[in-house]
Formats: sequence, C-alpha cells, structure tokens
Amino acid sequence: MTEKKVKIKYFYLRYWYLILCAVALLVVQALCDLELPTYMQNIVNTLTDISITEKTGVILRYGGVMLAYAAAVTLSSVGVGYLASVIGSRASRDMRRDIFEKVSSFSAAEIDKFTVSSLITRSTNDITQIQMFSIMLIRMVIYAPIIAVGGIVKAVNLSLNMRYLLWVIVAAVALVLLTILIMLLVVQPKFIRLQTLIDKLNGVAREGLNGMMVVRAFNNVAHEEERFDDVNKELTKVNLFTNRVMAGLFPVINIAMNGVSVAVVWIAAYFALDISDVAAMMAFMSYAIQIVMSFMVLTMVFVLAPRAAVSARRVAETLNQDISVKDRDNAVKAENIRGELEFDNVSFRYEGAEENVISNISFKCSPGEVTAVIGSTGSGKSTLIKLIPRLYDVTEGCIRLDGRDIRDYTLVSLRDNIGYVLQKSLLFSGTIESNIKFASPEDPDGDEKMIRSARIAQAEEFISEKEGRYKSEIVQGGGNVSGGQKQRLSIARALYKDSPVLVFDDSFSALDFKTDAALRNALKENEKDKNVIIVAQRVGTIMNADRIIVLDEGKIAGMGTHKELLKSCPVYADIARSQLSEEELAK
Amino acid sequence: MSNDRNSVRPPRGPMGGGRHAAMRPGEKAKDFKGTLVKLLKYMRVSLPAIILSLLFAAASVVLTLNIPRLLGDSTDKLIEGFMQRQIYDEIDAVVRENENIPYDSIAALAYGEGITDFDQLFDVMEEKGAISAAQKEEYEKSLGDYAEGVLSMSLSVRPSVDVDAIIKLLTVITVLIFVSAAISYAQSFILAGVAQRTSYRLRRDIDVKINKLPLKYYDGTTNGNVLSYLTNDVDSVSTTLNQSLSQLISSITTIVGVLVMMISISWIMAGVAVLIVPVSLVLIATVVKFSQKYFRRQQAALAAVNGHIEEMYAGNKVIQLYNRKDESVAEFAVYNKELAQTAQKSQFLSGLMQPIMNFVGNIGYVLACVIGGVLTASGKITVGDIQAFITYIRQFNQPIGQVANIANTLQSTVAAAERVFAFLEAEDEKETGDAVPGEVKGDVDFVNVHFGYDPDNIIIKNFSCSVKAGQKIAIVGPTGAGKTTVVKLLMRYYDLNGGKILLDGRDIADYKRSALREEFGMVLQDTWLYSGTVMDNIRYGRLDATDEEVIAAAKLASADHFIRTLDGGYNFVINEEADNISQGQKQLLTIARALLSDPKVLILDEATSSVDTRTEQLIQNAMVTLMEGRTSFIIAHRLSTITGADKILVMRDGDIVEQGTHAELMAAKGFYEQLYSSQFEK
Repeated sequence: MTEKKVKIKYFYLRYWYLILCAVALLVVQALCDLELPTYMQNIVNTLTDISITEKTGVILRYGGVMLAYAAAVTLSSVGVGYLASVIGSRASRDMRRDIFEKVSSFSAAEIDKFTVSSLITRSTNDITQIQMFSIMLIRMVIYAPIIAVGGIVKAVNLSLNMRYLLWVIVAAVALVLLTILIMLLVVQPKFIRLQTLIDKLNGVAREGLNGMMVVRAFNNVAHEEERFDDVNKELTKVNLFTNRVMAGLFPVINIAMNGVSVAVVWIAAYFALDISDVAAMMAFMSYAIQIVMSFMVLTMVFVLAPRAAVSARRVAETLNQDISVKDRDNAVKAENIRGELEFDNVSFRYEGAEENVISNISFKCSPGEVTAVIGSTGSGKSTLIKLIPRLYDVTEGCIRLDGRDIRDYTLVSLRDNIGYVLQKSLLFSGTIESNIKFASPEDPDGDEKMIRSARIAQAEEFISEKEGRYKSEIVQGGGNVSGGQKQRLSIARALYKDSPVLVFDDSFSALDFKTDAALRNALKENEKDKNVIIVAQRVGTIMNADRIIVLDEGKIAGMGTHKELLKSCPVYADIARSQLSEEELAK
Repeated sequence: MSNDRNSVRPPRGPMGGGRHAAMRPGEKAKDFKGTLVKLLKYMRVSLPAIILSLLFAAASVVLTLNIPRLLGDSTDKLIEGFMQRQIYDEIDAVVRENENIPYDSIAALAYGEGITDFDQLFDVMEEKGAISAAQKEEYEKSLGDYAEGVLSMSLSVRPSVDVDAIIKLLTVITVLIFVSAAISYAQSFILAGVAQRTSYRLRRDIDVKINKLPLKYYDGTTNGNVLSYLTNDVDSVSTTLNQSLSQLISSITTIVGVLVMMISISWIMAGVAVLIVPVSLVLIATVVKFSQKYFRRQQAALAAVNGHIEEMYAGNKVIQLYNRKDESVAEFAVYNKELAQTAQKSQFLSGLMQPIMNFVGNIGYVLACVIGGVLTASGKITVGDIQAFITYIRQFNQPIGQVANIANTLQSTVAAAERVFAFLEAEDEKETGDAVPGEVKGDVDFVNVHFGYDPDNIIIKNFSCSVKAGQKIAIVGPTGAGKTTVVKLLMRYYDLNGGKILLDGRDIADYKRSALREEFGMVLQDTWLYSGTVMDNIRYGRLDATDEEVIAAAKLASADHFIRTLDGGYNFVINEEADNISQGQKQLLTIARALLSDPKVLILDEATSSVDTRTEQLIQNAMVTLMEGRTSFIIAHRLSTITGADKILVMRDGDIVEQGTHAELMAAKGFYEQLYSSQFEK
C-alpha cells in the first residue's frame, strides 16, 4: 500500500482560495501605495507650473485623492492580515490534528525512534514556527516582489530623461542584499557554534548543580569554576564577534537608503533638462525607498526560513512515518477469551539493530498460573512481555492467544483482554477515580470494581487517608503521589479491566518488602483464574511462582520452580545468591 | 535528586518571534528603581563606555537629521535653476515673437538697449506694447521667490542649474552619511563589548555562587530555575544593553531633533505632525489592549494543547494498552479548536499594528504634501522643504512606537536582573569554624541530634549514637524514609537544629567545611560523573594524582579491566548524559574516585537491581576493598551487608527509629523485625 507523501504545503494549498484573495489584496495594496508618490509629483508639478494660478484648490483635490488611496492601502493590508491569520491558524490546526492523530497511533517502535520529547516539540514548537513563518510569508514576503515590480514600472513610466536612475535602485538593493548575504555567510556558522556553546554552558552548569554534593565532597569547586569559565569565555568571544558583525547591518542599510537620494539628486543635477523632472525625481526617490525597504524585509526571511524549513521537515517526517503495528486486513475480534498464551519460537529484534534481543523463546502458560520472568539487565525480559499486547510485533515465530496468532485479532479487542502494568507507572491528570477507571469510565458497575481493584492493589489504605478519597486530584504525571502509591494505582487500573491475562512488568519495584508481599497474597487470593505473568528483579517477589523463566542474553537459560532452578540453573542460582542470605536460600 | 529539578522554565512568550514585544503582557520587577541602581553599580566599570556610546548614538542621529534638510536644499537649488530658465525662456519667446521689439532675444535686447535687470526689461517691454501692465504684474507674481535671483542675474546669459552649489551640498551630505554610519557602528561596537563583558561577569558570578550557597537553598528552587538565571535572564540583560539602550537614546534624540527640524521648516506643519501623535497612540493603545486580552487567551489555549500533548505522548503506551486513543483525540480536538480560534484572533489583532502605523505614516505624508503645497504656493516654504518634511514626518512616528516597546523590554529586563541579583545576594554557606583536622582516626559521635529540612518540622528527634573508627554502620529503611539525611548531616551539607556531631571527639562545626569534607568519601547510587575522559573523572577524587595513581586506584576498584575495553581506554570520553557507559560501570568509576581520595570516613550507597549480576559482584568486591580500615556508613539494600554490620540505623519517615546490631533489633521485635521478616512472608 503506497500512500501519497504528506507535504507541509498541502496544508496551505487546501486554502488556495484564501491565499488567492490575499495575493489580490496585496496587489491592490501595492498599487495604491505606489499612487501616493504620483500625487505628490502632481502637487509639486502644480507648484512649479507658472501657468496655474489658483493652486490651493488643485492641491486640496489631490490631497483628497491621496487620503483615499492611503485608506485603501490600510484596508487592504488589514484584509491581508486577516486572511493571513485565518490561513495560518487553520493550517496549524490541521497540522496539529493530523500529527496528534498520527502519534496517537504510533506503536512503541515509532515512539522510540523519535523519542517522546522530540515528538512533543514537533507537535508544538515546530508547528508554531511554521505558522509564524507562513504568516510572515503572506504578509511581507509576497509583497516585496509585487511592490518592486510595480515601483519599477512606475519609475520607468515617469517620462524621465533619466531612466538610468533605475541603476541606482539596482545598486542600492544589491548593496543591501550583498551585505545580508555576507553577514549570513560570516555569521551563520557562528550562530550554530553559539547554540552548541550555550548547550555546553548549560551542560556544565547542570552537571555542577546535579553533582553539588560530590563537587563539595571532593573540594573541587575551583576545578568546576575553571571548567565553566572556559566555556563562558568562549561563549563571550563568539557572542561578541557575531554582535559586532551584525552591528554593521544597520549602518550599511542607512548608507544605502540615503545614498539613493544623493545619487538621484546628483544625476538629476547633471542630466535633467526640464522642470517637471524635479517633481518626477522626488517621486522617484519615494519609489526607490519603498523598493529598498521591501527588500530589507526579506532579511527576516533569511533569518527565519532555515528554522522554519527544519521544522517543516520534522513535521512532515512525523506525518509520513509508517506505523509498524497495525490491524491485519481480515483481523477478527477477540471474544470470550480464556487466556491461554503460547510463545512459539519467538524472536525479536529492534529495527536497525544487529542482534536479536530475544531468540527462540517457546513456552506456554494458562489461566490460574503465575509465570515469572527473571534475568539480569538487558536480558530481554521486558521486551518479551511487551510482545503480548503487541506493543511491538514479533520478528520471527508467533504468539498465540487461545490458539490463535495474536496478529489475527484486532488490536483493540486484543488489548481489551490484557491487563498490563508498565515498568514506569504513569498516571494522568484527573482524579484517583478517573485513573483507576481509565479503561471504561462509563461502566455501570465501575465503583464496585474500582474499590475491589484498589483493595487488591493495596491502595485502599492510602486512598482512604486522603481528604478527597477517590475524588482526590492527581496532577499531570502523578507528581503529587509517591512512587509506591503511583505504582499501586497503576496496578489497580490494570486490575479494573478484569481481563483474562494480567502482565506485570517489574511493577513492584517501588513497593517496600511488606507491601510487595501483601499485594502478591491478595493477587493470589482474588485473581485465581487469571493468567498472570510477572517480570521481577527481586527473587523474593517471584520465588513462589508456578513457573520461573530465567532469561540470559535473550535466551531461556532455565525454566521451572524456584527449587528446581536453584539446582539446575546456575544463572538463577547466581542471582538468588546475590540477593538472599544462606538461611533464606536454604528455606 | 528528583527529575523535576532539571525542568527548565519555559521560555517566556512561547508563540515565538519577539517582533511585537508590546503585545505581550510584560512582567514587572518588584523593585524597579532599586534593581536598576544595583545593575548600574554592578556595571560601574563600564559606565564611561556606556555614556560614550550613548553620546555617539545621539551624535549619529543629530548628523543624520541634517540629511533630509540638505537634500531639500539641493532640490530647491535644482528647482531654482529650472524655474529661472523657464521664465527666461518664456520672456525670451515674447521678445523674439513680438513685432514691436526689434530684437530676437533677451541678450540682444539687453545689449541693444543697455539694460541690466528685469525691472528695466519689463519697463521697456511694456513701453513697446509687448506686454500689458497686467501681464507684467503676472510675471512678477509668477516669479515669486525667484524674482530676486532672476533680477540680479546677467540678462545676456541663459540661466541654468547651479551644479557646483548642488555638488557642494551633496558632498556635505555624503560626508554626513558616512560619518554618522561610522559613529553609529562605533557605538554598537562599544556597547556590544559592554554587554558581553557584563554577561560574562554575571554568568561567572552566578556559577561561583552556585557552589557557595548552602544545599538548603536548593530545596526551595529547581535546577531549571538556576539554569534559567544563567541563560534566559542574563540574555535578557545583555540584549537590552546591546540594543534597547542605544535604541532608546536614538529614539528620543530622533523625536526631539525631528521636532526641532520640523518647527524650523514650518511651525504650522510641525503642529499638525504633533497632533497626529496622540491619534496614533490611542490607536496603538486600543490595539494593544485588545490583543493582550487575546494573547492571554491564546497562551491559555496553548498551555492546554501542550499539556494534553505532553501527557498523551508520554502515556502513549498506556493509551494503546487501554484503547483510549479515540477519546484522547476527541479531547484534543476541543483544545485544538480553541487554540486555532484564539490564535487567529490574537495574530490578527497583533498584525493590525503595522497597517495602523502605516496608515498614520501615510496620513502624515499626505498632510505634508497638501499643507506643504499650500504653504509653498503662498511662498512661505519651498518644494525642498516639502521633500524634507516628508522624510521627517516618517522619522517622527517610528520612534514613538519604539519607545513604547523599549519601555516594555526594559521592564522585563529589570525583572530578569532582579531575579539574578536575588540569587547572587542569597546568603552563602556560613563557616562556623576554621579548624583543620590533623590525622583523623574516624570516630564519629552523634550527640542529641535534632534536625529538620524545615525548622518547623523536626524529623530527626534526639538521636545519639557512637561509632568507633573502622566500624561499619548500615542505614536501612523503606524507600523515601530519608536514608541520605545522615550523609548530608555528616558532611555538613545541612546544619543541625540541635545537638552536635563529633569527629574524633571534636564538633564538626568547629572545622572549616572544605577541610572537614576532605576526610569523607562518597559513593552514591546517583553516580555523578561529568563529561570528560575516564582518567579525568577518576582523578576528580584528587586533582594532583598522577596517571599511575589513577590507574592503580582503578585496578583496586576492579574498574581497570572494563576501562581497557572501552574505545580509547582511559581516554574514553564520557558524554554529557553519561549514558555511554553502564550504570554499574559508573559505580565502579566512582569507587575508584573515592579510593583515590583516600578518605577516613566513607559513605556508600549499595547497588540495587539496575546492575547485572556480574558487575554487581565486581562492585561488591570493590566496596569491600574500599571499606577496609575506614569508618563506613552504608545505605544498605542487601541482607548480607545488613547482618554483617557493626550497627544498624533504622529509618522511618525521616527519623532514626531504632539502632543496634541485627540480632539486637530482631530480638526487640520492632519495625526492623517487621521489615525484615515481611520479605519472606507467605
């Protein structure tokens, strides 16, 4: 299936009619703007024409017309501003909507690829960048060439004997553009350097802040200060350089603007032959200044365009990302699931990785059983269970639920049948209730189920101590409850689903030994008929499991009960010995 | 140290671009004057440079102000020449074509009749019936201002433009242009130096201050805040010094100077120009008021959108596992729509500023042309004056808007400076003694210790305990019980609220803090390494250690082997996140570092589950090596360590609730016994 690639410009071209209106208004604006010097020229002509005796009346009439044009300029530019704001905000809205929907459908692999923080930037700052740039593009950038062409046509039509004056404009514009170009060439690389230096400065300071106790413990304050000073000095130097180069821009532009006037008068003095040329000359100066000004606006484009381009590329990249885990075409709904799970020769490797994280894993587990997975860091135990709700899809082999490949089910119905507690407990802003009832807030038996899950998860005690009980507020990220409480709430959230398969990914780590034990007992009593799979670090947590799977470098190093493994599996014995004392091992 | 410490304050005004600073509701300093004075005092070395550059800014403006006037003069010179020729040619035609005059040019007539000026010429022409009395009057009137010039010139030469005079004027203008550009550049050059020197000093002082403040200070602020002083706030001060200050001076000079120039041309026109100002100010104020309202709404909507995005992206796995995508997307649509609407209004309103300013400018242009035209027609001013006035009136409106903008920027700069100074002025960690410990044995006594992070909430109540040199003390307790508090007290990161701690029988408050800390070594779970080579990181324990000593320490810590497998060995560079080596390896390096510093008292945090079994074994062994012959406080996670300790301190909710050996505590059947046995409950 090949989909058409999303490009950022589509979001704008969708509003082509508004853009067209804006361009039309800009043309009107430019034409009216250019009429003003023409009328000034008429007034000056009137003044210098000795055949006109009653001058005041004529001048006032011209003035009236000028006011009308000035009003027209303002109205059309307000109109352009309105259209630009509509186009800009609608396009951004559409972009945000599309990117949010897209990211919401991302599977874990895509999230890993981009990282959460980068995705957040792409959905917020990047789109804001694009919006700012697009509005500027419509309001100012399109205007520059329009007024330049209009101004040049006007200047040529000035019945002047000095059409070569055009070269003055060309020279002034060239001077401005050249200066900008040179500055960009000189300064741009320094700007990039500046960004890295600021990051570095921040980095050193952050290290100092985070390691404050260590720095003071070793009495290395002076050493820290020296490290900071090195970066600070270089930052100051580069900053000074860029500032001093950039400071040249304004004087050069001033020279260009005033230089135009001087050159025009000078040429007129030498070559002009007619009195009406003086009025034309003055009009010409106005056109020249308008044209040069409009090109100065383009400097902003040079500054902002690279940033906007990067943002646009990043947004488009996100929108065009293929999603790795999705429904098959003829996927069926998982209904009346008992919870029989089977790993059949499963291997998995992350995209782009050279080696499998897990290889040839086969085992079976059934409702009513507790299966534990243990192994050292990097042994692949978390990865293994992430395959069950299809957070990632297997690379080889297959996982079956009630005898059917899990990829044959629809994602939604598959996940409805799995209660999964992630390693990192994550709560959403809302209340304790909204968090526990997360899976189905509208369930008529919700309250009952909520209280039951909280009890099993050992969360009831601390919830009842809170003033608002179940209605207590949870702030974003769950910052107002402790790590252990967060973990218990996320366990309650999973239990609430009452699904036949329960998966715990190292979900007891933040609990003290006592709570850990109580929770395990409650689970055993209340969730007897469930197929429970637990990943754990502590041997104490899992030594009573029906089946312990020991993973080592992605392969099964042993499978059996605690007692069996202590004898048969050296990897397991190692882990147990490092955590338990001799007497506990002997138990 | 928790994660949120690192969250950097969001940049102010997230909708980006700083073009319309006035649109944003500004933040204000609490004490504007006081802070400004402080800032000036802080920069007193640079004050002469600042004053010089401000003088330059004013001088450059004053020079530039003359340019339109002189250009107007040269235009007048052009017009004068053309006018003279126009009139000369017309009279010449009359002379040539009139039958009553027997000459075919003014020159011939002047020569033939012996006349030298136009008065006589008109008389002769009237006499000969070539022109009527009315016509004569008409000519004189048309000549207007130029009559004088025309009458005084030689009648035999056809007049032309006085190119030499114009070139002279243009030369003066050109010189002015370049001189003022040079002065203006010099001004920027000097100020850039001042701004950068000041930011350098501010950053240096902030950094120095970071290490002088007591740790307690950081309980009340986040790392993000401190970093924000260092970057955002210093930047704000620097930008203002660099740009806003000189802009302010040149804007004010421009306003005054332009006004003077305008009045010198025509007080009527100047009056009209001044009258436009309140009109534009009212218009701008109205727009700003409305747009600020919508800007605030937009910021609120943006915050809602950003909040939802952050929450849902971070919780993406949960959303998928619980099939909540549709609800989340629907909720987002609501926020998104609100943002689009408010952003559109806010953008439109803030975008109104430019057309309005333009309109005001154009009105000025029209009025200058019309009123100037009328005044010229009646001979009060010249065309060159109109031309100059058009330029002045354009220059007049711009700086008024700018001054409003700068006033706003200045406000937020002073607010930024206030934050920085508040940080710099916070109270330092005080020395209470200056004794330097000699040969330390390592006896530690806690005598009736009272302590609370907040003096109103004492958590350690009356704790006493005696530790002999070389003993091993285990600190145990549930997560969050405050096991590191003891460490912080020993090393005097925090001071006691009551009681004392003795090292070899002497109150630690008698020692110089740095000298005291030298006697302690620390290996925390929150391993702290900095971006630099492995060699440098170990050497951090003792900066004057030789490479050989570093390697010896690494060998002792069983870190030598893994270091040699790294790319570059001891020269391997640890990156800023320190994530290019594993957690366990980091811990080995910190052990090596502590070994190198050879402390008398050790504070250790045992490795927990995030380390693989093999590395854990290495760390265990290294720790045993490290503890040999030293008094050690161990934050313990492993039962074997706990049971082997000389003394166990049991912590709960911040307080030390029990102490004793494993056997004693088990026999007491208190909290420790519960904690210990719960692990193996059925």
